[in-house]
Amino acid sequence: MHPAFSVIFLTTLIGAGQGLFLALYALDVLARHGYLDTPLPASLVVSGALVAVALVALGLVASFFHLGRPERAWRAAAMWRTSWLSREVIALPLFMALLVAYALAHAVAPRWVPLVGALGVVACLALFVCTGMIYACLKFLQEWASPLTLVNFALLGLASGTTAAAALAAVWSPRLANGLALTAAVVTVAGLVARAASLARNARLRPRSTPQSAIGVKHPRVVQKAQGFMGSSFNTREFFHGASPARLLAIKRGFLALAFVVPVALLLLGVGGGWPALFALAFAAQYAGLIAERWYFFAQANHPQNIYYQAMS
Amino acid sequence: MTQLALVIDLNVCVGCHACVTSCKEWNTSGSAGAMADEHPYGKDPSGTFFNRVQTFEVGTYPDTQTVHFPKSCLHCEDPPCVPVCPTGASYKRASDGIVLVDYDKCIGCKYCAWACPYGARELDMKEKVMKKCTLCVDRIYDEALPVDERKPACVMACPTSARLFGDIHDPTSEAATAIREQGGYALMPEWGTQPANHYLPRRKTEMQVAPEQIVRADNPLRIDGKRPKPPQDSPSLDDTTSW
Repeated sequence: MHPAFSVIFLTTLIGAGQGLFLALYALDVLARHGYLDTPLPASLVVSGALVAVALVALGLVASFFHLGRPERAWRAAAMWRTSWLSREVIALPLFMALLVAYALAHAVAPRWVPLVGALGVVACLALFVCTGMIYACLKFLQEWASPLTLVNFALLGLASGTTAAAALAAVWSPRLANGLALTAAVVTVAGLVARAASLARNARLRPRSTPQSAIGVKHPRVVQKAQGFMGSSFNTREFFHGASPARLLAIKRGFLALAFVVPVALLLLGVGGGWPALFALAFAAQYAGLIAERWYFFAQANHPQNIYYQAMS
Repeated sequence: MTQLALVIDLNVCVGCHACVTSCKEWNTSGSAGAMADEHPYGKDPSGTFFNRVQTFEVGTYPDTQTVHFPKSCLHCEDPPCVPVCPTGASYKRASDGIVLVDYDKCIGCKYCAWACPYGARELDMKEKVMKKCTLCVDRIYDEALPVDERKPACVMACPTSARLFGDIHDPTSEAATAIREQGGYALMPEWGTQPANHYLPRRKTEMQVAPEQIVRADNPLRIDGKRPKPPQDSPSLDDTTSW
């Protein structure tokens, strides 16, 4: 597939926003039940929720660049019975609204925090499922059609969001920041395990569709000689990434380093050396790495329609 | 239940692209609006087509076959592109099984194209909505046309009659009969999409010579000789007459 930056930014930004909210909510619950030895400053939760709103809103803005007719985007909520994309279109603004409500509740009406927070978690998890299922439900995109797609979207969002929470906590409550940073490191390692598992799975995949099944001729050698036109078409632009194998490998190594190794090193260095400022750097590195990770996620998916577009003439 | 579809005979298709051009001509002139046609005479021509004819080589030289392969929307009976559409712009008609896009509802998100394993859908560069074969829905029900012209433009154009059109659920239709009797098959059956369009396989054409054709019944003794010369004053049709 041709990686579209609109969707790359959408999925990475909302993932970070969702992870940030979940990290804040976890802190909130721990504080409410007295498991935190430091008081949880409301400013951290409010500013964190607002940053999460901003991240999700930016993702929403990015998603509009994916549409040919963005002025009709409101129609996309119609088919929620059958379409995961439609469900995402509903879950995303719902989650944003609950984030705003969560920030407001913390600021002015603490009585409502548990309810709004719990609803926010439900919307957040629903959004993770919807986003992941958009890709995982396409069964002939074999690289995506796996529960690992959902696990990765959730874990990588949680990892970057927790790193963002650590960076924010470094400003408002440095004592909480260390715990968050260690949690972020653990979640990032878990994300690395899941992403490595999906890379290993995809490396072993054998395409179920072949030139033989594509045109229905049973012969070991079926080769395309002409695709029917000499120029380009939607089919040649949308489904091919056009990158060389060397570049693909470089991007894979790059995202493995930048999204996982570098942030974990920076987080641990920040905790061990007492430099909480490094947490912000860790988030920046991890977010850049996740952009590359998502680019690779799209590029690696091999659409069966490509069998029909192998030779110009 | 009716399921209209095309049956394409790969044994007959000569790869002339007449179906491609007549499809484009009909559908770019219709009430649904023009199909994009960017730089048609330039360096990188690009545009929307509902139908493409591709060419494949089967086997290794010198034992090769050239297969011309027309490809358009297969109007699947279980179309994976329809349920993923977030707006309901993509739909399958219950009345005749045609899969259509409502160009006024489509937001151009391309998700249906991702969900089609055949690459049958193309996003129009100009109108920014998804387009695909309509089985010439604006022809086949047009009562202003003579009955024998109420067929898709590609079927009308095919000079070798490689394209049959009809209801594949009606066992007496030409299309269903061809599928049944000539080994019609579906593309990429592995995904369970149940394409309505079928293809008829390549068949080996062998020369059949019967003994009666060698020993002529009207000349059983095979007595060949010079024909009698016509008289010189007999009328001649051309200058090959001998005298």
